[in-house]
Amino acid sequence: MTQTPTSATRAVVLPEPTGRRARRPRKRPQGMLAFGHWWWALPGILLVLGIHYASTAVGGFFAFTDWTGLGAFQLIGLDNFVEIFSDPTKIGAVGNTLFLAIASVIITNVAGLGIAVGLNRGLKSRYVLRTLFFMPVVLSPLAVSYIWKFIFDYNGPFNGFLGMIGLEEAIRPWLADPEWAIWIVLVVISWQNTGFAMVIYMAGLAAVPVEIEEAAAIDGANLWQRFWHVTLPSIRPAVAIATTLGLVNGLRIFDQIMALTGGGPAGATETLATEVYKESFALGNFGYGAALALILTLIILVFAVIQQRLTGERREA
Amino acid sequence: MFRYTKLTALREVGFWALALVFLLPFYFLLMTSLKSDQEVFTTSAAAPPSSLDFGNFVEVLSARGNSNVLWGLFNSVIITAGSIAVLVLLGSLTGYVIARSTSRWSTTMYYLFLVAIVLPTQLGTVPLYIGARTLGLTGSVWGMIILYGGMLLPLAIFLYAGFFRGLGTEYEEAAAIDGASRTQIFFRVVLPLMSPATGTVAILAGLIVWNDFFTSLIFLGGSDNQTLPVTMYYYIGSLVSSWNKIFAIVIVSMIPILAFYLFAQKKFIQGFAGGLKG
Repeated sequence: MTQTPTSATRAVVLPEPTGRRARRPRKRPQGMLAFGHWWWALPGILLVLGIHYASTAVGGFFAFTDWTGLGAFQLIGLDNFVEIFSDPTKIGAVGNTLFLAIASVIITNVAGLGIAVGLNRGLKSRYVLRTLFFMPVVLSPLAVSYIWKFIFDYNGPFNGFLGMIGLEEAIRPWLADPEWAIWIVLVVISWQNTGFAMVIYMAGLAAVPVEIEEAAAIDGANLWQRFWHVTLPSIRPAVAIATTLGLVNGLRIFDQIMALTGGGPAGATETLATEVYKESFALGNFGYGAALALILTLIILVFAVIQQRLTGERREA
Repeated sequence: MFRYTKLTALREVGFWALALVFLLPFYFLLMTSLKSDQEVFTTSAAAPPSSLDFGNFVEVLSARGNSNVLWGLFNSVIITAGSIAVLVLLGSLTGYVIARSTSRWSTTMYYLFLVAIVLPTQLGTVPLYIGARTLGLTGSVWGMIILYGGMLLPLAIFLYAGFFRGLGTEYEEAAAIDGASRTQIFFRVVLPLMSPATGTVAILAGLIVWNDFFTSLIFLGGSDNQTLPVTMYYYIGSLVSSWNKIFAIVIVSMIPILAFYLFAQKKFIQGFAGGLKG
């Protein structure tokens, strides 16, 4: 920020409209804007610095305090973190968060890519099908979760279906079963996000020229070889985007849990985001909640970095 | 070689079957919402209602107080529209300066925005909530517009900057020769050329704001200005398992966004596919 006054003076020195054409020749001093004013960016920069960076930094500070949101607080070092990692429910929440994010990314990307490849060439109704598969993406995760809560209700259609095909012994209250509830959450997330991955892959596939595939086919490559050695390498950027965004969003899972199980049964489906909400805003343990949020933030940043490295080719922005 | 063969036709049929199974939840949703209290318990979920009964919708829409679905809908519309306005104005101005300036600082800022896209909001929410509570902005529609504006601004700036980089300076130069001021050049010439970017920002950010539950639950929960998801959450919580009523609420909440989606589905899909690719 110390630099801004300098660029301010530079901006003021900018040529007036009359003199501009004469001075047009490219070599503009660094940071000069030929059009617009530098301070146009100021409200946006301040808002982002305040709402993202300053608040996150303050939140990070709270993570090392015992603040309850009212009155005085004390710096308590790593006590919050020690407490988190000695509480089985919180460790479970970390595990659930990682499980849901990673598993849903794998499922949605495999399914989304499969559908995209299947729809890509030749289908007459591919745009209608694309619209249908994408539909759940635009809906509120909360609203969608209520439909699934009904489907997996004890008296719901899924158990009805199991009874119909003679699997009575498999019937159970799915969302009230500590073993199974997390899997149902996974089904709901995967169902809703598959269309998103599909659309990213369809856009990626559309840019792959059909000639390359044809050439490979002429060279005797079979369907699988064409996919693995020709198509997949050419859509690497799409893979990077779809997996990164899926992972980042998966790690923040909140709405679906609140609607489907509320974190239960007995904390079996808590995630970091639901725990942050409950500790900070329902119980008023701001310091403790901030510590949980800090863990979530670190996990997301670590995954974002790993993801960038793995998928290679940093797309230069 | 990629001709329409019998195999392609088979693939087409297969995908339609898959799509029908995929969308089966919507069938249950619609059928159940039209059933009477008694029929919900006596008939199978797959069976259609014996008669079309819109009573659930009437009942759900006439609830008042914290369960006022129409009021929640209204708040959601205002907050979403306001946030989009903030994002388009600030996002385009900031994105323009970032994209056009060659200064080292603009590159630094650009990366700062890029990181902010990934940075989760949970950690910042705690201090923001306390700040908003001190300023009396919790439960306020204006507070939410500022909050969402700030939260999604990095995404808007990123999208605009990408589009501005692809736009040559010829238009600005021509307008400057014609004697337009800088403000005029931007708002009358550059911004109108950016309407694809504006559309992408409006759709992506609008959808995120419209569907957001976490932030609005914290800042608006229990207030008089709850958004639709928050109203839905509390209302459904009070309905235990009256699925016909729950589904009437769910359908009401889905209609605006579904109508918009089916009307502009191409823009939506392009927005997601193209916009996020940067």
